[in-house]
Amino acid sequence: MTPAEYYQRDRRLHPPAHVPSYKTSVARSPRYSMISLQNSVSEITGPVFGHNDIDPIDNDLIKNYAKTGDPVGERIIVHGRVLDENARPVPNTLVEIWQANAGGRYRHKKDTYLAPIDPNFGGCGRTLTDENGYYFFRTVKPGAYPWRNWVNNWRPAHIHVSIFGSGFLQRLITQLYFEGDPLIPLCPIVQTIPDPDAIEQLTAKLDLNATIPLDSIAYKFDIVLRGRRSTLFENRLEGN
Amino acid sequence: MPQNLNYLRETASQTAGPYVHIGLAPGAAGFDIYRQELGWDIAGPNARGEPIRVEGLVIDGMGSPVKDVLLEVWQANADGNYAHPEGGGPVEEGFRGWGRVITDFETGEWGFDTVKPGAVTPRAKLTSSVAQKVRETHPDWQGRADETHAPMAPHLNLWIVARGINIGLNTRMYFEDEAEANAADPVLNLIEWEHRRATLIAKRTERDGKIVYRFDIRLQGDNETVFFDI
Repeated sequence: MTPAEYYQRDRRLHPPAHVPSYKTSVARSPRYSMISLQNSVSEITGPVFGHNDIDPIDNDLIKNYAKTGDPVGERIIVHGRVLDENARPVPNTLVEIWQANAGGRYRHKKDTYLAPIDPNFGGCGRTLTDENGYYFFRTVKPGAYPWRNWVNNWRPAHIHVSIFGSGFLQRLITQLYFEGDPLIPLCPIVQTIPDPDAIEQLTAKLDLNATIPLDSIAYKFDIVLRGRRSTLFENRLEGN
Repeated sequence: MPQNLNYLRETASQTAGPYVHIGLAPGAAGFDIYRQELGWDIAGPNARGEPIRVEGLVIDGMGSPVKDVLLEVWQANADGNYAHPEGGGPVEEGFRGWGRVITDFETGEWGFDTVKPGAVTPRAKLTSSVAQKVRETHPDWQGRADETHAPMAPHLNLWIVARGINIGLNTRMYFEDEAEANAADPVLNLIEWEHRRATLIAKRTERDGKIVYRFDIRLQGDNETVFFDI
């Protein structure tokens, strides 16, 4: 039994490299076609992470940088599953997030927006999915903020999400948006995605069933990585 | 009832943005939060093979260095094995073969220390379970089923994200001093334009007794680096 290849990436639902309305992409987008590569061991493998790599509090952005108290803002839970295109869970994979604080300011030496830094908010977290592909974070809802693209562009509230999967060709960075945000259809970065359904897939749904009453409201955000023609399980060597 | 394929669709990519460091390398963003950041030691303390340093710039279409880029490296050990259950064989204790690299915010220069990987050999023969069943029962059906794959020359796999890059860019770095292996490499040989193969080959130099490979990545313009749709 040799490992099987992953499904080809459907580039029609990913943003193309060159999208002039997102101005920074103009000088940073390759102009030649990419060379299509059949999967080899260099692509189907990828780094493996374990619980030694992270700490249990790393997925709690309300506590992981708290100095004098909790951060300011609407307390939220973001939770969901990492699945592949066959709807199979992707277990034990590293999910990392980063975001602005409730005022829309990042704790980054290059961010000079006039909203204040929150002394109790770092803005990053990480976790491993469990055996069923589940993950969750506790954080505060990030604020919208202005950015230099067109004269008056505002980013919708968003959380950046980085996912590894089990092979390097599943590697993905994306952004989570929040259901009902009127800035989503106006954002040149969101609109780099040509497919409306793919944008909808990046919009986390309010999940009242997962709220913690009188504490935190919840949003559900499932992530889909590339599928595989068959998965090698030790107890099911034949694959599919 | 219409038949339904029931596949999910992959989540779309979005740019990592200018503040990618907060999430993936918070020390570079200017604050300490984690007990340890990930990806700073690529090969680990026990790695065999030639210690090397790799340095370069990512250059945009205007010829300027991209100063907010984050690269990830993925490589085999000196025996050509990856640290993964399907990686071809065992690796040294502590060898992960994966690293995160950020640029100097002022100059755009990046660099990392690792060991030179071995040839990855043989290239995995990959077939789906369906194709395998067809081949077993009808050996003549798939003429290419028994095609062999040549070994891949030593290489590093690189993945580049930054503000303005809408989906991470995959490329490979090969080694100038592996001319014979490079000439036989099945991936380099896929590139029809021979002069473009040179964009994937790092220049070997020596500095203070240390082997340094120089690898500049051009996102656009003359000598645009070859990127791969994997």
